[in-house]
Amino acid sequence: MKNQSKFLFYLLSLAALLVTFSCGQGGDAGKGAIGGNAAQRVYVNPGEHDEFYAFISGGFSGQLSVYGLPSGRLFRVIPVFSQDPEKAYGYNEETKPLLNTSFGFVPWDDAHHPDLSQTNGEIDGRWVFINGNNTPRIARISLATFETEEIIELPNSAGNHSSSFVTENTEYVVAGTRFSVPVPQADLPISEYKGKFKGAISFIKVDQESGRMNLDFQIMMPGFNYDLAHPGRGKSHGWMFFTTYNTEEASTLLEVNASQNDKDFIAAINWKMAEELIAKGEFTTMPTEYAHNVYDEATHSATSTIKKEVRVIDPSKYPGLVYLLPTPKSPHGMDVDPTGEYIIGSGKLAASMTAHSFTKMQDAIANKKFDGDAYGIPILNYDDIVGGQVTQAGLGPLHTEFDGEGNAYTTFFISSEVVKWKLGTWEVLDRQPCYYSVGHLMIPGGNSQKPFGKYLVAMNKITKDRYLPTGPELTQSAQLYDISGDKMQLLLDFPTIGEPHYAAGAPADLIKKRQTKIYKLEENMHPYAVKNEKETRVERDGNVVRIYMSTIRSHFAPDNIEGIKVGDKVYFHVTNLEQDYDVPHGISMIGANTSELLIMPGQTETFVWEPKRVGVWPFYCTDFCSALHQEMQGYIRVSPKDSNVKLSWSLDGE
Amino acid sequence: MKYLSTSLFVLLALVLWSCGGSPAANQASSDERAAVSHPKGQASVSDDVSAKNILQVAAGSPDHTTLVTAVQAAEIEHVLVNAGPLTVFAPNNAAFDALPEGTVPDLLKPENKAKLAEILTRHAAPGSFDVEGLKKEARKGRKIYTATGDYLEVVVNDDDIRVAGAKVIGTIQTSNGIINVVDKVILP
Repeated sequence: MKNQSKFLFYLLSLAALLVTFSCGQGGDAGKGAIGGNAAQRVYVNPGEHDEFYAFISGGFSGQLSVYGLPSGRLFRVIPVFSQDPEKAYGYNEETKPLLNTSFGFVPWDDAHHPDLSQTNGEIDGRWVFINGNNTPRIARISLATFETEEIIELPNSAGNHSSSFVTENTEYVVAGTRFSVPVPQADLPISEYKGKFKGAISFIKVDQESGRMNLDFQIMMPGFNYDLAHPGRGKSHGWMFFTTYNTEEASTLLEVNASQNDKDFIAAINWKMAEELIAKGEFTTMPTEYAHNVYDEATHSATSTIKKEVRVIDPSKYPGLVYLLPTPKSPHGMDVDPTGEYIIGSGKLAASMTAHSFTKMQDAIANKKFDGDAYGIPILNYDDIVGGQVTQAGLGPLHTEFDGEGNAYTTFFISSEVVKWKLGTWEVLDRQPCYYSVGHLMIPGGNSQKPFGKYLVAMNKITKDRYLPTGPELTQSAQLYDISGDKMQLLLDFPTIGEPHYAAGAPADLIKKRQTKIYKLEENMHPYAVKNEKETRVERDGNVVRIYMSTIRSHFAPDNIEGIKVGDKVYFHVTNLEQDYDVPHGISMIGANTSELLIMPGQTETFVWEPKRVGVWPFYCTDFCSALHQEMQGYIRVSPKDSNVKLSWSLDGE
Repeated sequence: MKYLSTSLFVLLALVLWSCGGSPAANQASSDERAAVSHPKGQASVSDDVSAKNILQVAAGSPDHTTLVTAVQAAEIEHVLVNAGPLTVFAPNNAAFDALPEGTVPDLLKPENKAKLAEILTRHAAPGSFDVEGLKKEARKGRKIYTATGDYLEVVVNDDDIRVAGAKVIGTIQTSNGIINVVDKVILP
């Protein structure tokens, strides 16, 4: 008994020690930058959902990636400007027209700045827009289908960088040219840049029902570089703000020649006034060429139309339309706080950040306090409009987002950190390092009147040693910070695709409820659809053969086809007859010079196969659809060109 | 001694629970929560847009209350909502009533769960066999292979289709396969 007590006593002591020390990893006992419970705060239980969607640009992949926050899990890469063989995007006959431009088929672009649609200054979960930088384009993506529904090309533009930013009620998506160019394009000596090159700012009107985009007008600005933009909101609704650099109008060695001026400009454009000018016919119509590509959900097909003219406004002719706000040293980031009062330009070479006051700007305009003009556009006086400065916050300020609690968060590329500061007092409250060299940052709803100030995602330009190495090319890296407390806390690193530029985030509940699960078969208006297996058939017209094929677990109808000849052009029009969520079928054909198809329930897609060799060639389902997926296959007999094998098709010999 | 034991228990409990915030402890509780969030596997998925699956159709049929009760007792709901494709020969209530008295209540007892599951899965076959499909099986002399490994013979006389002796009295297309309503429980 005594011994037993002693034993128990030791056990008790041991247990007490355990209580004292076992939580070393679990407590907030200051384990460097990362609190010990960071893992718990990003952990989403199996089967449960993340709190936020994050739409992170795919940069030079041309796509848009969809992540969950706080987990950092990747859910989908939405193909936008680049072909994607996984989803047959840009490969099947239905989506090829989406990638058409005035230059022809362009299967790649550089995707930069996603922005969500808004209603009354709040994100509404309808659409996300993103810009293609290289061959200037704006895309609209449905947040019901997570598919690209529309792409519009922008004429008179080059390097579509200060895009695609949405006004408070999604009246417009705006896009500004980074590179000024001759307008109209002309065979000019490059040395004649100054004064002859122009910078087009495009205003794309959005239909509130369908989301369809229409290039309403362009404002033809001086030949600066237009870098980023954000809309006015609340009191400044009706204005759009663009940072500019290279107001020197240099055309060579810009790293030196575009860094000469002490201040460049933020261009403040009164788009409500522009709208009135258009309504009054105060514009010129200019011949041009640009593609407008629209995907129709009823026909499951896109069409491309080349438009031939654009309406242009010359800002020098209309006082009050545009003002230039001097802003130090090649401002890059262009951000507007949730109240719409502060217009923040981050001079990437400047020691401090400037917040212009919209109220002061309005006063200066009312009192006509101008400091000269540039090409007829009035320049306001810096001292008259500056609302505040954040001094010595870091090196290389880039972008700012807001938490809706009166705080702003700015990324600093050179000093590689994110800095929290207070609007109005301009004091720095906190700083956290980024690994490494951060570019954009995103707070869900950060570009709106109502940010959700819980998480901040920093998107870094340099990765180096943060993950397992993968040769010379490394994944890009995002970092998640908890900003719900006084101090920011780094919670998670997660890899991203391409190079993430900007991102947009939204509460998951806003988007989850809008999801399309299947396409109704009876609503399928594709010209080559079949609605049941009885309609499946094969038709020949000269050397063009059309296979009207269906899929349902777990077979193709038909699955045996004979009478195809070398030199034929064979269209596989495949309709997925399934009406069940998450049951796509795929199809691929040996030797077809294209990708597979991946067909959603109720949808029809098409690929073309041009058989080159005599033989019997199989096709099969590429998506593991069912227990008998491996049985889902078929054969096509290919005969010589001059063969007289009769065209026939069957399933189960019938 | 008793006091010590109690203290020990309390302290050990503390050791176990004091780290509720640690990832490992969180994982344990989350596993339980995951199980709660999807207790019946895919059968727990809520989807009011897709066409109805075999389980949903059966659950909505007043003639199949015994079958659905049996499926629930055997806990094989998830099989009937699987991607399939599946053909289910679904005995109606009358078919179960025709079994010797006491058979059904006996099979519904927890200790007979495995036996019940075996009987039910004998009524499920991979593949989609609607009326045309069944006729084709008969015409081509093919048998239907069930999930239990049995082969069921299809015999057709004009419009009279029998599968292992059970008469097919209705066919319903569902999102993940076919339900053929039969008038008999298919026993080995």
